[in-house]
Amino acid sequence: MELKKVSDWEWELPKSGDMRVPGWIFASEAILKPLLDQKGHEWNALEQVKNVASLPGIVKASIAMPDVHPGYGFPIGGVAAFDPEEGVVAMGGVGFDINCGVRVLATPLSREDIEAKKEEVADRLFSHVPAGLGSTGKLKLTERGIDEVLRKGAYFALERGYGVPEDLAYIEEGGRMEGADPDAVSFKAKQRQFKQVGTLGSGNHYLEVQYVEEIYDREAAAAYGLEEGQILIAIHCGSRALGHQIGQDSLQELERASKKYGIPIRERELVCAPIRSPEGQKYLSAVFAGINCAFANRQVIAHLVREALAPTFGLPFEKIRTLYDVGHNNVKFERHKVNGEERELLVHRKGSTRAFGPGRPENPEPYRRVGHPIFVGGTMGTSSYILRGTEKGMDRVWGSGVHGAGRAMSRAKAKRTWRGERLIRELGQRGIVVRAHSLAGAAEEAPGAYKDVDLVVEAAVGAGLNAKVARVRPLVCIKG
Amino acid sequence: MPYEILEHTADAGVRGIGSTLEEAFREAARATFSLMVDLPQVKPKQTVKLEVEADTLEGLLVAFLGELLARRDIEGLVFSDFRVRIEGGERRWRLAGEAYGEPLDPARHRPRVEVKAATYFGVEVRREGDRWIAQCVLDL
Repeated sequence: MELKKVSDWEWELPKSGDMRVPGWIFASEAILKPLLDQKGHEWNALEQVKNVASLPGIVKASIAMPDVHPGYGFPIGGVAAFDPEEGVVAMGGVGFDINCGVRVLATPLSREDIEAKKEEVADRLFSHVPAGLGSTGKLKLTERGIDEVLRKGAYFALERGYGVPEDLAYIEEGGRMEGADPDAVSFKAKQRQFKQVGTLGSGNHYLEVQYVEEIYDREAAAAYGLEEGQILIAIHCGSRALGHQIGQDSLQELERASKKYGIPIRERELVCAPIRSPEGQKYLSAVFAGINCAFANRQVIAHLVREALAPTFGLPFEKIRTLYDVGHNNVKFERHKVNGEERELLVHRKGSTRAFGPGRPENPEPYRRVGHPIFVGGTMGTSSYILRGTEKGMDRVWGSGVHGAGRAMSRAKAKRTWRGERLIRELGQRGIVVRAHSLAGAAEEAPGAYKDVDLVVEAAVGAGLNAKVARVRPLVCIKG
Repeated sequence: MPYEILEHTADAGVRGIGSTLEEAFREAARATFSLMVDLPQVKPKQTVKLEVEADTLEGLLVAFLGELLARRDIEGLVFSDFRVRIEGGERRWRLAGEAYGEPLDPARHRPRVEVKAATYFGVEVRREGDRWIAQCVLDL
C-alpha cells in the first residue's frame, strides 16, 4: 500500500478501488513502520482503514489516530463520520466493549498523603472494587433494573445512592445517552449483566492512583483544577458483558442487513446497516443503551473508590470530584463543520476518545474555553497523559483524541517473558504498588508488552490534534 | 496437542483440533476456557444444555463459543469439558450439546483473563487430511 507523506505527522492513503474517500493516517515514521511491514502482524490496520473508506456515506476521510493498530472491522484508533441520510452504522466502529472509557477522579490529596499509606490504599481499593473473571457487583438486578440502567445511565446509579449530583455534569452526555432503547437489547445481554454492574472486568481494564508529575499547560490545568503533586484516580472499564453480548448479537443481525442492502462485507466484523434502516436504528438504540450501561458502571465504581478512600483520609465524598468521564468505543450523532457548513454526522470512534476543542457547548462549563480533557493511558509502570481537544482536532478528526499506548506483544509472549510475581515485586521496588486478581493477567499486562505511550502522544500533539496538559505517574494499580 | 492458543497482539486465537468436526469444536471450547482458568482444576459437576444455530460452520463456531461466554456470566460457571452434536448443511447448521463445569472458585481455578467475545477474525472450520480444525480469534 502506497502512502503519501503530507507532513511529519500525517500520511494519506489515496483513493483507489472501492474507496469513497481517502485514508488519513496521523502518525510518525516510528509508529508507521510496523504498519507497513507486510510480514508483520500490523499491516492489516491499513487494510482496515481502506475498508472503512469504502463504506457508503462516509464523509471526508477514513481516519487513523496515532495509536492505530489492527482491530475488528475498524482499526483501533479508527474514526469515521457518516452522512445520516446516505451513511451506515458499522458494528466494527464500536466493537465488543461499547463505551469502554475512562473516568478520572481528582482528589485534594497530595503524593505525600498517598505515599504514607500506599499499601493500605491498595488493599482497600483491591477489596472494595470488584474486578477480575467472575467477579460480581453489590447490585443484583433483574430485567426491570437493567432496563432502568439502560435508559438512565449514570443517573440510575446516582438514584441508588452511588455518587454525588455534581458528577453528572462532567460525564459525556450528562451521563445519560438519549435514544437508548432497552427493547433493542436481547434478554441474554441483560441477563449477563444482572450481577456485573459496578465491576471493573479484566484484561487491560484497571483502576489506578496517580500523581501529577508535570504540567505543560497552566491555563488548561487551572481550568481542570490540576496541580503538580496532586492525586488523581483513573478508572478504565466499559459496558461489561451487556456490551459484549450486544456486539455478538449484532454480528449476525448486521450481516443479514449488509446483504439485504447490498453492502459488500469486506471483513466479517465490518458488517453494517444504513442509518435510516430499521436494522440500523435498532443497532443504534442498542448501542446507546450499552453506552448508558458503561456510564452506570463507572459511576458505581467511582462511588466504590470514594467509599474505599474517603474514610482513610477523612474526606467528604464530594471532595473526590469527577474530573471527567468519556468513552473511547462509541458511535453518536454530532454537529461538525464540513467545508464551512455545519452538519449532523454519525461519528464512530473505535479506540478513540472524544476530545472536543475550545468553545463546544458539549464541554462542561468550566472546561469550555480550553477544550475537553482526555486521558491517554500508558501502562502499570509508565506515565499516562492528560491532553485536551483543539481547534485543529475539530477540523481534521471530528474532535477526537488518542486513547492509549496499544499492545506491542501478544499476551502469550508476554506471559512467557515475565512472571507475574516478579513483575509486581519489581514495580514495587520502583514505588508502584500493584494488586492483581490474576498473576498471569498481570504478566500479560507488563509495561514491556505495550508500545511507548510517549510516541503516541508526540504524534497526536505534533499533528495538532490534541494538546498536552499534564503527565501523571502511577502509584497504585489495581488489575482484574 | 488437541488445542492450541494462537498468537495475536491484542487478543488471542484458539484452535481446536480433532478427528471429527465435533471434537474440533469441543477442543476450541476447551482452549477458550484454558485462557480463563486452570482447566484441569475445573470439575464437571454441573451440566448446561446448549443449542445454537448459524448459516455457516464458521458462524456456528463463533455462536457456540459466544453462547458459552454468555452461560459463564449468567450461571456463574466455568467449563472444562463439552459434548456437541452438529448437523445440517448448505445454509443451516445446528449444534446441540452440553457443557460441563462448576461455579468459579478463584482459589482453585486461578482465574486469568476474562474473554469478552468470540470474533470472526481468522475464523476457519476445515478438514485437513484426517483431522478437523476449528479456530477463531477471541476479544479479551
